[in-house]
Amino acid sequence: MKQVPQKDAPLKLSETGTWIRDEVPYEVNEPDAFALEEALRQREKHTGEVVVITSGPARAQQVLREALAKGADRAIHLEDNAFVGLDAFNTAKAFAAAIKDEKFDLIFTGLQSDDYGYAQTGVILAELLGWPHATIIMHIEKTDGGIRVKRELEAGYFQFVDMPLPSVLTIQSGINKLRYATLIGIKQAKNKPMRKVPLAEVQSAIGDNLQKIERLYVPLKTKKTEVIEGPPAEIAKKLVDKLRNELRVL
Amino acid sequence: MPDTILVIVEQRESKLNRVSWETITAAQAIAAATGWPLEAAVIGASVSTLAAEVAAKKLAKVYAVESAQLEPYTPDAFAAALKQFLTTKQPKLVLMPHTYQVRDFVPKLATTMGRTVISDCIGFEHENGKLTFTRQMFQGKLAADVTFTSDAPWFATFQNGSFRGDKAEAGAAAAPVEVVSVTIADGVIRTKPQEVFKEVKQAVDLTQAEIIVSVGRGIKEQKNIEMAKQLADALGGELAASRPICDSGWLPMDRQVGSSGQTVAPKLYLALGISGAIQHIVGMKGSRAIIAINKDSEAPIFEIADYAVVGNLFDIVPPLIEEVKKAKAGG
Repeated sequence: MKQVPQKDAPLKLSETGTWIRDEVPYEVNEPDAFALEEALRQREKHTGEVVVITSGPARAQQVLREALAKGADRAIHLEDNAFVGLDAFNTAKAFAAAIKDEKFDLIFTGLQSDDYGYAQTGVILAELLGWPHATIIMHIEKTDGGIRVKRELEAGYFQFVDMPLPSVLTIQSGINKLRYATLIGIKQAKNKPMRKVPLAEVQSAIGDNLQKIERLYVPLKTKKTEVIEGPPAEIAKKLVDKLRNELRVL
Repeated sequence: MPDTILVIVEQRESKLNRVSWETITAAQAIAAATGWPLEAAVIGASVSTLAAEVAAKKLAKVYAVESAQLEPYTPDAFAAALKQFLTTKQPKLVLMPHTYQVRDFVPKLATTMGRTVISDCIGFEHENGKLTFTRQMFQGKLAADVTFTSDAPWFATFQNGSFRGDKAEAGAAAAPVEVVSVTIADGVIRTKPQEVFKEVKQAVDLTQAEIIVSVGRGIKEQKNIEMAKQLADALGGELAASRPICDSGWLPMDRQVGSSGQTVAPKLYLALGISGAIQHIVGMKGSRAIIAINKDSEAPIFEIADYAVVGNLFDIVPPLIEEVKKAKAGG
């Protein structure tokens, strides 16, 4: 799971011009919330344990706390600010190193993040672990030999895929209905195990980034936008004038 | 061997995915800027006919990379086949459209070769011998110029609609086609795909609508959809929505606009409370005119809007419905 700036939060560029300033409100990356929910549902159906993992500075722990409150059993936090600047390849390498002694059957990730939007980390992790993967998943069921998943394709098409375990699935938003944490859940979360992985523990697995953000900036507008202002009644009148005289759709 | 650009075009059931032409347009522009020769490849069980179709474009060469095991598509077979092919060819730059299929196999392919993918690019720049790719970040609120710091091959994917497919330049003569057979060892393919199917019978064909009123998260509650419907009815248009609205079941899936829904290009797209996530924008940015009403002045939808109204849609839509009705009645 990943912590990302809240959807409506105004972003300010950092002094280096290659990242944003940290003083924004953060939230759970939305597809990751669906990935967690799906993991909890699968555990409720088939028993087992749900472990949540994230990387990032101390603030990212909030994501894990919320996941534990919703019912995850334990958490792993790769805690260091340096993780924020890793490319997808190195992020996946850090995760692979941190879980090398675990014996998971399934790894769920959100299909992409709302900040970088790489849509790659889950698939790279599968390759590093030597596991099969499937992306943009809308349904999962257990079969005799493994699992059957429903992949979303483009333009309203879907496909079922049979695959063995262990495997990595990237989860599409909307696969399920998210639950809220209960008061009891929030209380219990405080006593659930949280393993902290310092940068030093996975450092040897990480290399130099293979791609680099040279510059981050507010996109140049390619389109001329006319701002329509005023009290609501006036805006309505102005819009109708545009619809009639400029767009000619009335 | 000179630095070469290779475009991997996408085909499904022996039909070229038309976003492939957009990638060829992008690649031709990069080739013109860098002076690097441009080649293309089609991947599948039997794709020499398709390769010949691609060869009509201005390309130095087209490869048909074939193996019976490439049909049906699996990420395992595609990554294995392309690794073999690319290891022999050693292109400098490999370009593909950012489709769901490419997203499924290209991170795996790059990883097995120890390389990286700059994904979902919307443009490029070549200055002083340095090749930079532009991609959107933070859901389109910011843009980033990104460079490769690794060895070749460099992988990059282009967002749907970033280049015009109809601008792909034709060649003076057909490019030569070379069939390359690859072998995929037993046991490489670990997943078993079933038939592709369509779930909802598309009751609504939004692609034919001239006017679309579309709602996003800003509509807040299911009961408020009715207000948007009234506006759509008054305008004589169709009602549509962004993904979260359809996920919540507030509107049926066949009214969804975006990468997982329909791609539309109406005369008027009126976006109510839509922030403009990339996945939505790719489905509607071809609209002739876009009016956006949103309370967040930094919403990315305003980047592509022709008319922007920063404000509360619940204040603005009711009088707008009345004004539209008046205008219609008054002829």
